[in-house]
Amino acid sequence: MHPLLTEEVGKKLLLLGNEAIVRGALEAGVAFATTYPGTPASEIGDNFFRIAAESKLYFEYSTNEKVALETAAGAAVSGVRVMCSMKHVGLNVAADPLMTLAYVGVRGGMVIVTADDPSMFSSQNEQDNRFYAKLSNLPMLEPASPQEAKEMTGTAFGISEALELPVLLRTTTRLSHCRGIVTTESLTPPETRGTFEKESSRFVTVPANARVRHRVLLSQGEKARDMACASPFNTITGTGRWGIATSGVAYNYVADAINDLGIQDRVTVLKLGFTSPFPVKLAAGFIRSVDKILVVEELEPILEDNLKVTAQTNGLAVPIAGKGPELFSRLYEYDPGMVREVIAGFFELDYTPPRPVDIKEDPEAVRLPMRPPNLCAGCPHRATYYAVTSVLRETETEAVFPSDIGCYILGLLPPLQTADFVICMGSSVTSAAGISRATDKKVIAFIGDSTFFHSGITGLINAVHNKHNFMLVILDNGTTAMTGYQPHPGVEITPPGWDKPYVSIEAITRACGVEQVAVVNPINLGKTKAAITEALESNRLSVIVAKAPCPLYEASILGKKKKRVFVVGPDCNTDCTECIDTFGCPALYKNTSPDAKTTMIIDQSLCIGCGVCIQFCKKIRPKKV
Amino acid sequence: MDNYRVYLTGVGGQGTLLATTVLAEAAILAGHNAVASEVHGMAQRGGVVESSVMIGDIKSPIISDGEADVLLGFEPVETYRAMRKCSAVSVVVSNAVPIIHYDVAIGRGSYPDVEKLFDFIRCRVKQLVILGAQTLAKQAGALLAANIVMLGALARSGALPIPKEAFEGTIRTRTKARFVETNLRAFELGFATL
Repeated sequence: MHPLLTEEVGKKLLLLGNEAIVRGALEAGVAFATTYPGTPASEIGDNFFRIAAESKLYFEYSTNEKVALETAAGAAVSGVRVMCSMKHVGLNVAADPLMTLAYVGVRGGMVIVTADDPSMFSSQNEQDNRFYAKLSNLPMLEPASPQEAKEMTGTAFGISEALELPVLLRTTTRLSHCRGIVTTESLTPPETRGTFEKESSRFVTVPANARVRHRVLLSQGEKARDMACASPFNTITGTGRWGIATSGVAYNYVADAINDLGIQDRVTVLKLGFTSPFPVKLAAGFIRSVDKILVVEELEPILEDNLKVTAQTNGLAVPIAGKGPELFSRLYEYDPGMVREVIAGFFELDYTPPRPVDIKEDPEAVRLPMRPPNLCAGCPHRATYYAVTSVLRETETEAVFPSDIGCYILGLLPPLQTADFVICMGSSVTSAAGISRATDKKVIAFIGDSTFFHSGITGLINAVHNKHNFMLVILDNGTTAMTGYQPHPGVEITPPGWDKPYVSIEAITRACGVEQVAVVNPINLGKTKAAITEALESNRLSVIVAKAPCPLYEASILGKKKKRVFVVGPDCNTDCTECIDTFGCPALYKNTSPDAKTTMIIDQSLCIGCGVCIQFCKKIRPKKV
Repeated sequence: MDNYRVYLTGVGGQGTLLATTVLAEAAILAGHNAVASEVHGMAQRGGVVESSVMIGDIKSPIISDGEADVLLGFEPVETYRAMRKCSAVSVVVSNAVPIIHYDVAIGRGSYPDVEKLFDFIRCRVKQLVILGAQTLAKQAGALLAANIVMLGALARSGALPIPKEAFEGTIRTRTKARFVETNLRAFELGFATL
């Protein structure tokens, strides 16, 4: 049985924030869940995926976040309890349905999880999705710990049903990926069947109806504000004259700093968990009770601005500070030491920060080698990139490489350097159109299989229709590899119990109207290079589907063992290092040992025997067993 | 009780995340509160993997510079790189077996002299424990159990208020059934290193 399905009440589990959210949803009787995977939200969907296999819950990996949100909305307006989860930038994709779903509302409870990524551990930006609560006028809750994440998820379903509005639950990487003790409460059996009761004056947003619904939304928003003022997740603790206001993960740093600095009896803390609509009355009371206020919140000054507005409207002149020099930054995530130091500075406390060991003081100091992430040994993406760069080198052609979101973005690193422009999911196809129109360069765009389904298809249709001229290489490794091997409509090697139809990427590209389409196995360098050469020479819009499974995924599903490994022969004794200069497989390295007999060496534990390198270097051969 | 902050660092594939969970669960089994944090996603593609475990009355899931009570380093250069997390009162437990960086592999850098790195660390922290985790793991029966060897050495250092039995109990319940015996042997070999 899946551990999150335990019936035991009062059990203490050590859960990831994301797992706690899933448990909270199960305790609230969630019956329907959708997602598009994205770090740091992925484990929410992955747990639902496994749970759906052994319960009545319906779960799907949707093709993108807009699809996930709209599918979930359909179930929610039919009275079913739903959860839709995504990473922060995913909510941009789903922003269109979000804004108007807020107008029509829902009937079954609907919780939308947005997982932000301050410091951009695995993201292209660190936008603050608290703005989406303000923008959409929807309630938002922000847990500070896994236990709170579970509790707030349950509360969010309750708020959603009371107000008939979707509720946003915002986490950050530090919450989604921290583990803490969570106490279980009883599960609620999911009600999987609902009814769609027609009410076109509410659900069909022609302007006349939308005008009415906007009014309804604002009035529900005021009820939500009252709920926020009374919420147990919004607390004022302490009686000191120094005010600290905080929310989300930053609360933990504040709580620890107060203990570390020993200022428990000098501070009053406003901790917000139900952060939007802003609980004005509660905040006004807090402002009145203190002499000065420090606001501790990661990213944008949203709480700070709300407090300043509240102070102004209530005629209060208490100094309020948060972001600024010697205070907090709008950049990156915070840490306990930083928060402690700013609190000490703001309230003029004597404080000596700890003295870290500084390796710059090492008299033997050396430049430490870096360890950037890299495409794995045997990765078929490397083979594709190598084929493309080889053809360009051989034909002395220069090209611009729009790329996309996925493992393959690592092609930007030397020696491949096959990523020149990446902004968001699907942008490879569309930016390629713009770059090829606006310049005289060849344009070769790269997109992954899951990303192609996510948002590559409309761009490809646009390229056909508007006669754009570039080459699109679809890197089809048969899974959503970067986020942990989630399936998508084009998977052929499937997880156990998979019974969904296969959608062919090749057939889609042809149906979009592309005439020059080739499907190649990138592990076969000769054929891949021939297809690339032909596509380049055709001088028209072309698609190459480079299709070979991610070896890690294949091994995890099929339990496939490597058949053979390769070694360099004794003739590898010149100063030729072309393999690492142009291909760069991490299993290949320079032999620096003093009694080296060969120039290069192949790391036998890393080599998976893909056999790409033997196709361009005759000195490499299979290892004799 | 006192509070303890443990920082773990290693390279993707070394099993630092399993070690993180086992350590946090063992702390809970020993009757303490624990909070841990991990990095998932892109950071794992052959890169450095850092995590932390807080034991006691601590709410923050991460560790600031100079504030780790214990550093558990799974690779010597990564131990050295993470020294900013330590201060003069820290205990450092480090694996001595290098994993060669790609920069080094392709001849664009050199791997530093491990002994010199350890010499620097030794005179700046309270205690430095060094072991060859892979060798002991092989002895236990599986190279992949090097992470559990590291926990054995950590348990023996006495730096944390977690008895040996709590680790062993957690290894029995939290690692895959078919690896439990190997893992217990690996833990014992790590425990016997000091």
